[in-house]
Amino acid sequence: MAHEPAFQERVKKALQNENMKKALRNVQATFRNGRDRQVEIMGNWDEWVDRAKEIRAHVLENLDSYLDQFSTNVEKNGGKVFFAATGQEAIEYITNLAREKNCKTFVKSKSMVSEEIHLNHALEEMGIDVAETDLGEYIIQLAHEPPAHIVGPALHKTREEISELFSQLAGKKLSKDTPTLTRFVRKTLRPKFLNAEIGMTGCNFAVASTGSVVVVTNEGNADMSTISPKAHIVLMGMERIVPDWKSLDVCQTLLPRAATGQAMNVYTNVISGPKQAADIDGPEEWHVVILDNGRSNILGTKYREVLHCIRCGACLNYCPTYRQIGGQAYGFAYSGPIGAILACLLDDIKVWKDLPFACTLCGACTENCSVGIPLDQFILQLRVEAVQKGLTPWSERVAMKAFSTAASNPGLYELGLKIGRSVLRGRANQDGVIEKGPGPLAAWTQHKDFPLPAEQSFRDWWRKEGGNQ
Amino acid sequence: MKASLFITCVNDVFYPRVGKAMVQVLRKCGVQLDFPEGQVCCGQPSYNSGYHEETRQAAKQIISAFANSEYVVGASGSCVGMIKQHYPELFQDEPDWEDRARELSQKIYEFSQFLVEVLRVEDVGAVLNATATYHQSCHMTRILKETETPKRLLEKVQGLEMVELPLGTDCCGFGGTFSVKMAHISEAMVQEKTEHIMETKARVLIGADMACLMNISGRLRRNGQKLRVMHIAEVLAEGSAG
Repeated sequence: MAHEPAFQERVKKALQNENMKKALRNVQATFRNGRDRQVEIMGNWDEWVDRAKEIRAHVLENLDSYLDQFSTNVEKNGGKVFFAATGQEAIEYITNLAREKNCKTFVKSKSMVSEEIHLNHALEEMGIDVAETDLGEYIIQLAHEPPAHIVGPALHKTREEISELFSQLAGKKLSKDTPTLTRFVRKTLRPKFLNAEIGMTGCNFAVASTGSVVVVTNEGNADMSTISPKAHIVLMGMERIVPDWKSLDVCQTLLPRAATGQAMNVYTNVISGPKQAADIDGPEEWHVVILDNGRSNILGTKYREVLHCIRCGACLNYCPTYRQIGGQAYGFAYSGPIGAILACLLDDIKVWKDLPFACTLCGACTENCSVGIPLDQFILQLRVEAVQKGLTPWSERVAMKAFSTAASNPGLYELGLKIGRSVLRGRANQDGVIEKGPGPLAAWTQHKDFPLPAEQSFRDWWRKEGGNQ
Repeated sequence: MKASLFITCVNDVFYPRVGKAMVQVLRKCGVQLDFPEGQVCCGQPSYNSGYHEETRQAAKQIISAFANSEYVVGASGSCVGMIKQHYPELFQDEPDWEDRARELSQKIYEFSQFLVEVLRVEDVGAVLNATATYHQSCHMTRILKETETPKRLLEKVQGLEMVELPLGTDCCGFGGTFSVKMAHISEAMVQEKTEHIMETKARVLIGADMACLMNISGRLRRNGQKLRVMHIAEVLAEGSAG
């Protein structure tokens, strides 16, 4: 996937956005405080994480048989299952269905997988009115922007910006108070829900034992997207499976608490098939599209655990890089630590090689992951891969070789330190610090002073003192 | 008791005062010290940049340098974490070196850990009349899992009033080569860190890792903010000469 402009340009743009900066600090504070409170209330959070980790690992060990069980049950329940090996295959299946149904209006509740495969674009090209019905997704759809967060896609938009977007659509100036804005969205989306031929949802968990799909929202838009349209499509990543309701309980206990700090999300939809004879409403057709798109390639690798992810977004909420640049600068559908990893693994590390380096390896993501993914270690591993594939700068490779040679020879190492010291000491300003560094240090001294090497190193002092005698 | 000093490259070159303070405090506690001359940089910059083959050379040198030590005391949570956690992982294909890495991993301690857990000392008789805040450093916290011992040591320093740093668990933006590769993001992080530090109204910033403190103090200086930045060993050496 091409992504322009380059990463550093996207970063600069994000860092200059003052509204974004405020929004990111607010959202991290809200989500962190909420989650921290839930962790405290639960008392034994780590045990829940361990249990969820076991469940997720067990599912991945047996993914073939669970996918078989799930799809058999979906079909038993009257649904249709389509396995899409690639995003393109999923898009073709869905667009064919839209053509078949002569679809004019297509409503969607929130789906990160559809962002991953750029589904909206394909449907819009067919002249279909595609409507995102999650408020955040709706806002970024109007703004033609990718999501800024896995859970809160439009968190970077201010009330003023949202009011502006809605006013353009309304063709008149709307005031920016909450009731006016939500009333406008309700009025705009309601007929779309009622007229849509197809409704689509994502899938938070797929229960294999009963062939059920679980979708959680806070706005009820998944209910609305699945009740009125004649066909309901579920788009899910192949790793969304949980074995049964008991294991769902564990994962669902963690998800809202870790994501938004809610003990329970407002709406939890369980969908186990199309409309039955006794039902008043519901879709006549139920299609479940199960997407691979690179996931099975991860299964046999050391990165397997990344497929444990339940998309709670906690790693974004504690990430110091995400805090400064937000989700859009990453350039991939998923952002933050999990996004940096998925971009390299689901797509191509050659394209996304900057992302694993946009990390201080502070470990906050791993510490707060709901399913125990060693995110920081995976990011480091991707750096190792970048080095092995020759994706790092030539000058850096030479420097690291030189370091390696010097490090195995203390005499040479000390000589290197001495030369470095005299070069740097020549750069002192009148306050005894370096304001303009040479080589790579220039990037440091653009923003910070660099200390001057001491006149006498510790080892020289120790020798002079005769410390070892 | 005998222990070897692992001074770290940053302290050796830029902050020998930290090493001297460590020597002062440890000698006062009755520890007999040596400084194995063969010690080099632990290899964290190359390790964290993805150059693991290159890092093995540095790791072997460090392992050899401390082969005869009873205990090793390091002046940085991050470098000690590197040796403790990552050295054994680096030699999964070289069992001999893996064993030697594990041996070192078991006898190396970060300075404040060594005082509290090995020497069982919390009050070294230090005096520092100041209001201070503590930056807890990510690798010290999350690799070494050490947050308590520095706080306990600082609590016992006479005259020292500690103020909690807001968002204290957040990274300062150093991240080794990250600070030059992603200089703009690093700047944004350290700027926010300095804002939180200034909010505390503390006159002294204390940490257990000079690399993080070099990053923070570099920004404080650039902003014209005059805080005293000290390694915990320097704090514990205050008012306790000899």
